[in-house]
Amino acid sequence: MRDTGISFILNGEKVTYEGKANDRLLDVLREHFHLTGVKCGCKEGECGSCSVLLDGQLANSCMVAMGRVQDSEVTTIEGYSKTERFKVLDRAYAAVSAVQCGYCIPGMVLASECILSANPHPTEEEIRIGISGNLCRCTGYNAIVKAIKIASEEGNGLW
Amino acid sequence: MDISKSVKKKDHEPKMNGSAMYVGDYPTDGVLFGKLLHSTRAKAKLIDIQVPALPAGYFVIDKNDVPGVNRVHIVKDDTPVFAEGTVEYIGDPILMVAGPDQQEVDRILNGIQVTYEDLTPVLRIEDADTVFFDYTIEKGNVQKGFREADKVYEETFRTGYQEQAYLEPQGVVGFVHDNRVTVHGSMQCPYYIHGAVAKAMGFEASQVQIVQDVTGGAFGGKEDYPSIIACQVAVASYKAGKPVRLIFERREDMEVTSKRHPSLCTYRVAIKDGKVTTMDIDVKFNGGAYTTLSAVVLQRGIICASGVYDIDNLHIRGKAVKTNTVPCGAYRGFGAPQTFFAVEMMMNHIAQDLGKEPLAFKLAHMVKQGDSTSTSGKYHFPVPLPAMVEELDKISGYREKRALYAKQTGRYRRGIGFSAIFHGAGFTGSGERDLIKAVVKLHKYVDGKVEILASNTDMGQGLKTTFSKIVANELNVPLDRIVITNPDTDRVPDSGPTVASRSLMVVGELLRRATINLRSHWKDNEDQVVEEHFKEPDFVIPFSLDTFKGDAYPTYAWSVDAIEVEVDTLTGVSKILGSYGVFDVGTPIDENIVVGQMEGGFLQGIGYASIEEMNTDGSGRIRNNSFTDYAIPTSMDVPHLVAKLHVEKYPDGPYGAKGAGELPLVGAAPAYVGALEQALHSPLNHAPFTTEDTMNVLMKEKK
Repeated sequence: MRDTGISFILNGEKVTYEGKANDRLLDVLREHFHLTGVKCGCKEGECGSCSVLLDGQLANSCMVAMGRVQDSEVTTIEGYSKTERFKVLDRAYAAVSAVQCGYCIPGMVLASECILSANPHPTEEEIRIGISGNLCRCTGYNAIVKAIKIASEEGNGLW
Repeated sequence: MDISKSVKKKDHEPKMNGSAMYVGDYPTDGVLFGKLLHSTRAKAKLIDIQVPALPAGYFVIDKNDVPGVNRVHIVKDDTPVFAEGTVEYIGDPILMVAGPDQQEVDRILNGIQVTYEDLTPVLRIEDADTVFFDYTIEKGNVQKGFREADKVYEETFRTGYQEQAYLEPQGVVGFVHDNRVTVHGSMQCPYYIHGAVAKAMGFEASQVQIVQDVTGGAFGGKEDYPSIIACQVAVASYKAGKPVRLIFERREDMEVTSKRHPSLCTYRVAIKDGKVTTMDIDVKFNGGAYTTLSAVVLQRGIICASGVYDIDNLHIRGKAVKTNTVPCGAYRGFGAPQTFFAVEMMMNHIAQDLGKEPLAFKLAHMVKQGDSTSTSGKYHFPVPLPAMVEELDKISGYREKRALYAKQTGRYRRGIGFSAIFHGAGFTGSGERDLIKAVVKLHKYVDGKVEILASNTDMGQGLKTTFSKIVANELNVPLDRIVITNPDTDRVPDSGPTVASRSLMVVGELLRRATINLRSHWKDNEDQVVEEHFKEPDFVIPFSLDTFKGDAYPTYAWSVDAIEVEVDTLTGVSKILGSYGVFDVGTPIDENIVVGQMEGGFLQGIGYASIEEMNTDGSGRIRNNSFTDYAIPTSMDVPHLVAKLHVEKYPDGPYGAKGAGELPLVGAAPAYVGALEQALHSPLNHAPFTTEDTMNVLMKEKK
C-alpha cells in the first residue's frame, strides 16, 4: 500500500489519486480520469446526472469527497457499459426510445442497475422510487420506467 | 416501410454508453476558462469597475473589446454583448474573466469591485412604463357584441415564470483562428448564432463557423441565449488569442438565462342566448430587460387568446412590457400556454356561472373546418376535437368522474379538469416565406450513402432519426445508408432554426421532396448533390403583421387533456391521480419518438401548472435559482400519465405529419387548475397553483 494518495478501484482497475481529500469525486472523474460520461447538471446533489456506483450503491459524485473513496469501488458508465447487464439495458432503452437528450442517461442507467441488483423483478412503483433521484426533463419518465421493466423481464439470471 | 414504426434512434448508442460529446466534455488543454461578472443590481449606472492586477495569461474582456457592434443580433438588436453605461437586470453581463485555471478565474472575479449608482427598477408588469411591442387583433364588431349582450363577464388571469431546466446547462467554446471564428456548443439554432457573431465581431459571414455539439435539452431555452454567450466567447478569444470556453453553473443558468414570460390577461366576455359572442382581451407579457424574442412570443400568444373557439367579435390587445428583470424568451409553447390558460379558465367560469358543464359548454363553441381563425384566416383542414374528446372520455372516464366529484365533502376531495388547445405549426405569419426561406441539401456519395445537409439540430427530440427515416423511406434503403451529423454552418445550408415545432413538418417535407428529386436523377457510382427550397402551400391566405389578418399558420395540431387530482384539505397537498392527453400531430414519423415528445411535454406542462414556481424578491433577484428551490417533476409526481395519438393527416407535411414538439405542454395548466377548482369548489385564476395557494383557498373556506 502506498503511503501517499487515495487508492480506489475505478471501473475494475486499481488507481491512485494524488490530489486532495476534499476534491470532488465528480471533478476528479471528469477532469483527472477523463470519464466525461459522468455528467454535471447541478453540483448540489439534486439532479442525479453525475450518478456513479460507489461500492454498488448509487451516489451523486458531486456530493462525494475524494477522501471517502479510499479503498472503495467506483463504477462509472464507461466501466458499466462493458458489462453483460448493460447490454440488456441498452436493448431495452433502445426498444422504447427512452433516450432523448441523453444528459440524464448515464445516471439513469446506473440507477437502473441499482434497482435491478436490489430486486431483479421490481414493481412499477419500485422502479419509480429507484429513479426518483435522477431528474429527466425530456421523457416524462414513462419510457425509462418501461425500459427498466423490459430489462427486468429479459435479463433473467443476470441480476 | 411503415414510417410510423419505431426504429433504434440514430443518437442512441453514444448517449447510452456515455461517449457522446457535449460541449463540456471536450479536452481543455490550451483552452481558457471564461466566467462572467453579472450585475448584482436591477437597474443602475456603472460608475467604476476596479479590477485587481491580473497574473500573466489572464484577461478581462468587456464592451471595449468588441471588435464589431456591441449588440447581440436577435430580432431587435438591443441586447448588449457586454453592458455599456448601465445595467438593466440582475444578471446583466458586465465583463468576462478568462484564464487557464478555473479557481484563479474565480479568485479574480471575486476581487473585482463594481461601483453602481442605483436607479429605481421596474419589477412588475403593472408598474411598467416602457412597451416593447403592442399589437391588436380585430374581428367582427365588438361594441355591438357588448351592446347586445345578455351578460358580460370580466376576469383577470396570471401565469408565472417557467424555467426550461434542460439538464445540460448553457455552454459554448469560441476560437478565433486564421482570420475566422469558430464557436461550438449547446444550441438550437446555429444560423442565429452565425448572424449574431458576425455582427459582434465585424466579420463577413464567410469568416464565421458555428457547430452544434450534442445538446442536452433546450425546450426553447437555447434558441436565443446561445447567441449572447457565443458573441462573448468569440470576443474573448479574439482578445486572448486562445480558445475560450464558457459553461454555466446551474444557479447562474437559472438566474440569468431566458424563461417563459409571466403574463397578466384580462378578459371581458359577452354572452347572448347562452353563447359567447364577443371577447375583448388584454394580454400583457413581462418581457424583462431587453426585447430578445418577445415580439414573436407575444404574436403567438395573442393569436391563441380566443382558444379553440369560434367567436364572432374579437378585440385582442397584446403588449410586451419592459421590466428590470431577466429577459424572457422562448419556451416550448411560446406565448400560447399563457393565453390558453386564461381562455380555458374563463370558459370554465362562464360555464359554471350559467349552470352548464364546462366540457359541454366548450364543445358548443369549438371551431370546425372552414371557420375563420382569430386573425380572419381559415381552418383549412378537419378539426378533430369532437372525436378526440370522446377518445379522452374513454381513457380518462372524464364525464363520469366529473359528475361523481361534483359535490364532495370530507378531508379528501377529488376533481377532474378539462382543456382543449391547438398549436399552430411552424413560424407565425409569413415568417417561413419571408424570413426563413429554408434550404436543404442532400449529398449522395459515390458509395451510395446519402448525407442530409440541414441546419436543424437534434437536442433530444429525435430529429436525426426522423429526418433520416424520411430520406431512407423515399429511397427505399436501410436507415444506416443515411448519414446525418450535428450541423456545421461551413457545411449545411440555412434550413432555419429548430423552433416553433417546424423542423419535421416544414424541413422534413423539404427533405422528402429533395429525396424524390435525387431518386429521379440517381446515377450509380456518382457524387451528386440536390437542393430544395421552401415554397408556401397554395392554399395559404397571406398573413399581414400590420393588420394581423390572414393565416397565421397553415395548419394546426390539436390536443385535449384531462387531469384528475385529490386534495387533502387538511394539508393542502394535492395528488395527481391521472393525467390523460389525446394529441393530434398528424402522422407520427416514429411512434416512440412522438409519444416520448407528448409524455415529456405534458409533464413539463404539469410542472408549470403545479410546482414550478419562480419569482423575484424586492430587489429583482430571482429567488429560485436551483433544483432545490425550483422543483421540476420527478418520476414519483405523475405516476399515471397517458398520452394517446389521434391522426388527422396534413397533406403538406411529410406523410401527413404536423408540428409536434410544443403541443403537449400547452393544455396541462388549465386542465390541472380546472381539476383543483372542482375539488376546492372555487374558481381559480392563476398558475402555477401550488400547495400554498390551495391552503389559502381552504383557509378562506373555513372563515
